[in-house]
Amino acid sequence: MNYFPDEVMEHVFDFVTSNRDRNAISLVCKLWYRIERLSRQRVFIGNCYAISPERLIARFPGVKSITLKGKPHFADFNLVPHDWGGHVYPWIEVLARSRVNLEELRLKRMVVTDEGLELISRSFVNFKSLVLVTCEGFTTDGLAAIAANCRSLKELDLQENEVEDHRGQWLNCFPESCTSLVSLNFACLKGDINLATLERLVARSPNLKSLRLSRAVPLETLQKILVRAPQLVDLGVGSFVHDPDSETYSKLLTTIEKCKSMRSLCGFLEVAAYCLPAIYPICSSLTSLNLSYAPGIPGSELTKLIRHCRKLQCLWILDCIGDKGLGVVASSCKELQELRVFPSDPYGVGNASVTEEGLVAISRGCPKLTSLLYFCQQMTNAALKIVAQNCRNFIQFRLCILDPTKPDSSTNEPLDEGFGAIVQSCKGIRRLSLSGLLTDQVFYYIGMYAEQLEMLSIAFAADSDKGMLYVLNGCKKIRKLEIMECPFGNIALLSDVGKYETMRSLWMSSCEVTLGGCKTLAKKMPRLNVEIFSENNEMENCIDDEQKVQKLYLYRTLVGPRKDAPDYVWTL
Amino acid sequence: MEGVSGNGLAGPQLLDLMPNNREWLVMIDGAKARGSSEEKKLELRLGPPGTDDWCNLKQDTNSKRRDEALLSFGRLPSMASAQIAANNGGHQAHKFGSSEALASPWPGTSYKENCQKLQEQEQMKPPRSYHQFPSTISQGKNLPFSPKEASQSNCNHKGLNLQDSGVKKAFSQASASASAANTAVPSVSQKRTAPAPVVGWPPIRSFRKNITSNSSAKPSPEPQNDTPNKVAREDKPVETCEKKGMFVKINMDGVPIGRKVDLKAYDSYEKLSSAVDELFRGLLAAQQDSSAGGINKKQEEEKPITGVLDGRGEYTLVYEDNEGDRMLVGDVPWRMFVSTVKRLRVLKSSEVSALCLGTKHDKNSLEMKTNQKIFS
Repeated sequence: MNYFPDEVMEHVFDFVTSNRDRNAISLVCKLWYRIERLSRQRVFIGNCYAISPERLIARFPGVKSITLKGKPHFADFNLVPHDWGGHVYPWIEVLARSRVNLEELRLKRMVVTDEGLELISRSFVNFKSLVLVTCEGFTTDGLAAIAANCRSLKELDLQENEVEDHRGQWLNCFPESCTSLVSLNFACLKGDINLATLERLVARSPNLKSLRLSRAVPLETLQKILVRAPQLVDLGVGSFVHDPDSETYSKLLTTIEKCKSMRSLCGFLEVAAYCLPAIYPICSSLTSLNLSYAPGIPGSELTKLIRHCRKLQCLWILDCIGDKGLGVVASSCKELQELRVFPSDPYGVGNASVTEEGLVAISRGCPKLTSLLYFCQQMTNAALKIVAQNCRNFIQFRLCILDPTKPDSSTNEPLDEGFGAIVQSCKGIRRLSLSGLLTDQVFYYIGMYAEQLEMLSIAFAADSDKGMLYVLNGCKKIRKLEIMECPFGNIALLSDVGKYETMRSLWMSSCEVTLGGCKTLAKKMPRLNVEIFSENNEMENCIDDEQKVQKLYLYRTLVGPRKDAPDYVWTL
Repeated sequence: MEGVSGNGLAGPQLLDLMPNNREWLVMIDGAKARGSSEEKKLELRLGPPGTDDWCNLKQDTNSKRRDEALLSFGRLPSMASAQIAANNGGHQAHKFGSSEALASPWPGTSYKENCQKLQEQEQMKPPRSYHQFPSTISQGKNLPFSPKEASQSNCNHKGLNLQDSGVKKAFSQASASASAANTAVPSVSQKRTAPAPVVGWPPIRSFRKNITSNSSAKPSPEPQNDTPNKVAREDKPVETCEKKGMFVKINMDGVPIGRKVDLKAYDSYEKLSSAVDELFRGLLAAQQDSSAGGINKKQEEEKPITGVLDGRGEYTLVYEDNEGDRMLVGDVPWRMFVSTVKRLRVLKSSEVSALCLGTKHDKNSLEMKTNQKIFS
């Protein structure tokens, strides 16, 4: 290995793009470590509190693209109190100060401020790509700064963020000279949009491939945009309501037919079912369809639409499609790899819902399925076993029965065997979410069979500490474990404290761990941040080690307890 | 304990899983040697149904702090099924109910290795190299188990989420722990009662909840207010779309002619507020126009009426409820408001404070903030 000059090694390493592979390369020897780190351009940091920006830059001075994740996953479901943390500003500050040539910043579940956005826009001359997923804390003013100052901006992708919309003219802030846009997604914005500005922006962006509009963009504007940008590959429709007899609508029909490159459709934030046939002409080439934000489309319409989509690989849909509709999906979409079925009525027991039948039908028709998120009313072991037999390639399997402790609906037994069949059959499974009535047994199976499991989400399951112990003992590759409302206590928590340093994080809420147990853990493992918090500040008043901890979030870190924790977070 | 060399041990026990001979060995840990015989068993046992020990889970009324429990396993499932057949006393049969699901008892080495490690760690003092393994455990595959020190030096990489080689682990001595829970966890809790709407369930992002609740024409139950952090909630539509409109009178200070507004046409305070602006902006401008004596005031000089909900504007929206009281608009949920409102008034804010309505308008909801931003 020493016989090749560094440049040659670097050139070889350039072909290795996966972060995991590059991490492995860096472990081979010091020489490789050095070459790799100096040539690394993309860094992924799964927990922004595990490392500091200074250390990142020290190791990877040439970094151009950074991905950061902040809050724990359960923050998506309102389990993490407000102001917990995940602030990106300190990172931007250090990166700016160190004159990193940042080109891309991808953030998930972080708190982003207008000041941060402005700092980005002013500090990084070559900044090209900003992707914010489920972030909060900023307004359209920050977007205006990005638009105005980032001369070579290619991508501005806002996915499901909480953005305060000042109804300013942030779109206007894109200078006339900005022609580099490739991807623009502002679907999550709630305020009005200057439509004329939008049209002009699209008109001067010949490289635009992906455009996702907010609800404020009406059908007329959509039609005009599509005329300007028939090269679009990915389209997020804002409002799709119009009188089908109108001229606009007929113009739209002709325009859509010209969009030969369209492969991905989403949005339909406001839609009338009778307008949907307008998109039939492009359905046959679609590989990705997301109608999960589209309110009020009856299952029959969805079914009619999907019959046209024979090349679909990714489908996100609401459960109003029903079991029959899923049957149509199964017979039409043979290439399907990813399916997500969301509940249209999460709290009620509506008629619109899917059951195990739909899932079985899908498994029969779509053998290439690798990723599933399925919200349903009921499930049976038998169905899961059939699914396990038919689809052996699951990488992600997330099943959510809306009634969280519901047993097998035909036998009233726990769903242990069904999930056990899934993990046994799908050797490559990496992400698993469980629901329904579950005992320790299912964890026994998971520990035994799910060798590649990296992320596990559990709620209302298990009978005793054994459940958690099976997982900690058996799942070698587990990185993220998140648990709510399970009877796991200190025994499980403390049985193998070293394990947590091999994982990214552990979340336990409403379990049986006590303050004393957490203290013990924190004492033993100085390189873990063990954070305790609750809704109110009761933890501060609590000095009793026997007290149960409402929320525990622990994660490995190289930089010790964080300094920006709010009052209610107690780092032991 | 059945299936295990019956030692009737007092200390926490561990079972070594031996792939070769598929037997269970009991390893006695150091704790016992240290004479902690008075320590109560804190074991998690996995035994076939029929064993009494199955229920021997921390029901001891020991309130002392104990060492961490260690996992102990019962029989292999394949053996267990035979046991079940023999010993089925109606114990939790579901535990090993359909062991047909398990094609082979111990396919992967990782699980076994780990249990071996549990055994190893029991025997060794920290920190020790784990390289010496008893020969019986050789798998024909290197157990890549690095000593604690090495794993520490590798922590450098971990923070940046490097791929875990999956094996660099620092095992801590279970017996070294000072405290463990004495919370008695019942071994059997078959049916956990389905809870009332719980925070965090179902696991759907707020973003989605709002969309779906907006869409449903049928009256959907309002999601439990489980959002401690601020969420820009889109306003829920008013139910009852079929009923006839609900028109209430609305008067504005300084405008002699009143209007009527259909509350059913709106689903939020925000929309009502903008309706107020629409209804009265022209009229107010006309009034001021005539009072100022000027004519042909340009359209642009019509000032929008803003801030009626948060006290910041020149005017404030109040209403009279079914009990005849004057109330500040915005305190109660929209639907409740609609059900009690009888008429509306738009008063000058200065008058409102003079009237001392009392309620400090200190709503912290994002809705109010949004209104602020929209109308400021």
